[in-house]
Amino acid sequence: MAPPPEPPVHGRTPPDPMVPCVARVRRRRRDAPQVWTLDLEVDGGDGTKNFPFAPGQFNMLTVFGVGEVPISLSGDPAKPGCLVHTVRAVGAVSDALARLGPGDPVGLRGPFGAGWPMTEAAGRDVVIVAGGLGLAPLRPALYQLFAGRARYGKIVLLYGARSPDDILFRREIESWRRRLDIEIEVTVDHASSVWHGHVGVVTTLISRADFDPLHAIALVCGPEVMMRFAITALRHSGLDDQSIYLSMERNMKCAIGFCGHCQFGPVFVCRDGPVFRHDRVQSLLALKEI
Amino acid sequence: MDTAQQAVLTIDGLQILLDALRQRGYRVVGPTVRDQAIVYDDIASIDDLPRGWTDEQDGGHYRLIGRDDEALFGYTVGPHSWKKFLHPPLLRLWSAEHDGQGVRVVAEPDPDERFAFIGVRSCELHAIAIQDKVFLGGAHVDPHYRARRQDAFIIAVNCGQAGGTCFCVSMNTGPKAKAGFDLALTEVVGDSGHIFVVEAATDAGLTVLAEVPHRLATQEEADAAESVVTQTAASMGREMHSDDVHELLLRNLENPRWNDVAQRCLTCANCTMVCPTCFCTSVEDSSDLARAESSRSRRWDSCFTMDFSYIHGGSVRASSRSRYRQWMTHKLATWLDQFGTSGCVGCGRCITWCPVGIDITEEVRAIRDSEQH
Repeated sequence: MAPPPEPPVHGRTPPDPMVPCVARVRRRRRDAPQVWTLDLEVDGGDGTKNFPFAPGQFNMLTVFGVGEVPISLSGDPAKPGCLVHTVRAVGAVSDALARLGPGDPVGLRGPFGAGWPMTEAAGRDVVIVAGGLGLAPLRPALYQLFAGRARYGKIVLLYGARSPDDILFRREIESWRRRLDIEIEVTVDHASSVWHGHVGVVTTLISRADFDPLHAIALVCGPEVMMRFAITALRHSGLDDQSIYLSMERNMKCAIGFCGHCQFGPVFVCRDGPVFRHDRVQSLLALKEI
Repeated sequence: MDTAQQAVLTIDGLQILLDALRQRGYRVVGPTVRDQAIVYDDIASIDDLPRGWTDEQDGGHYRLIGRDDEALFGYTVGPHSWKKFLHPPLLRLWSAEHDGQGVRVVAEPDPDERFAFIGVRSCELHAIAIQDKVFLGGAHVDPHYRARRQDAFIIAVNCGQAGGTCFCVSMNTGPKAKAGFDLALTEVVGDSGHIFVVEAATDAGLTVLAEVPHRLATQEEADAAESVVTQTAASMGREMHSDDVHELLLRNLENPRWNDVAQRCLTCANCTMVCPTCFCTSVEDSSDLARAESSRSRRWDSCFTMDFSYIHGGSVRASSRSRYRQWMTHKLATWLDQFGTSGCVGCGRCITWCPVGIDITEEVRAIRDSEQH
């Protein structure tokens, strides 16, 4: 017979990467209008509930009978028994996910993708620029930075939300402020007079932040247009393209490079990303509808 | 006989070959006439093959016409490709049973059938090799594809004529089958009779052939078979200068020609459905009314739909310009970056089955010419 390139593994069929395991909702809390954070626990079986992941990776979550969506992990990688996902209810599946309560089953595949460059960040100033829900996939990176605080230089978190109500993880951000070893600036697009913080787009905070551009690394996540402007501002501050990382979002049906939906030029966002070093996708980002 | 030698089968011998495959438990599929087209389906005997038919193909044009001989393989490729068996258009991936608080997910079992493909053309062997890279060559393996692919028995046929939209010579994918088959046939119809010159490429091919009455080919017969392929190679309906097309397209992502083709393209997705290498899929979940059972199915999808690139807020590729560009640049350029091979095998299906006759070779030529001016 005509042999396929990789012969089957004898005696053991590898698990089907498209079949989810069953996790359970342990806790659900509301973070902002339409935004909910779900703590999941993988069903036991092998005696462990551990599910190791890297900051910036994502899972495919299934609401049985409804569908499956990619959701980034937003919890602490040092606590792999509790899988935290922050979901904005914007479609049929994310809406159904956001309605789940404690004990409800969730199908789970993952973790998938290349995460944030935590190794490359060691010894450098770390500038985190987040827009809206983009803070969720960056939170695991922040946890890891805090856990190994001495290994990094200055840490700057610049976060933009639509309005004060839309600020994610608000209490936690306040607790991070009290650490004093991180500069945090939060801005909103619009606010009433009770808001005393910054108003304006997050990219305007970059030029005012205190970091050494020659020894800094930037992690950027948010709407694509915000990331484009953030990158421009970061480069203007003196960061080079090899020091800027961004997390891309595309339609995904499989997360393993088979369905074709997440193609961004030559790359599959699911498999080669979602986190990319800027110089690797720079030419594509400049084009519309790629 | 060893693999270097060629054998000769008669028409009766071919029937015995099909019987031998069936007795070995293969599900024998091959070309047959249905709905005025040559499609791939189950073949009970050689009588199911399109004897005496040929096809006429051009941009947006496909007609079956009678031949003046009794050739069984005297046509080129139709709307089907072997991916319909290896990568089924609709496939259940798993089902889940809900009882109270528990959910049990059951993976879809592997099919209990092995395929024998009859009449696989050289371009199609290349297409199968390309999908092998997609589904078997990466970090993840698609178990559904592998289950259908790994035991498939492939009988190739060297094309006796080129279709009006064929350009395998340009893509270095034919017309002679060189690898990826168990047996390869060249049909020779002439004054001296109707024979198949057979080349065996694998032990499995040799073993099956040994069960079938055959004799060694004479030098004249081998030469006749060779000249069939040579003539086909010299009569391609289309051509495409393909060595630099990767760079050509990627430096022309904003070429005005994309607007021009977008004026004609209906974004109907026909080209992606008939393409033997297009592999994109979507998934659909369904459940019974009580949500006691649910399941997920995978179906072919196309980059020509709006849903394909939808993320909250809208589609990334909203214009037909961007969707045609995505398809063609993926097929001819970024496929190379992803899989180390072009995604095009020059079979011409996308040209023939395009309802408005958009011609990928013409679009490449137009972009190339635009650089000259």
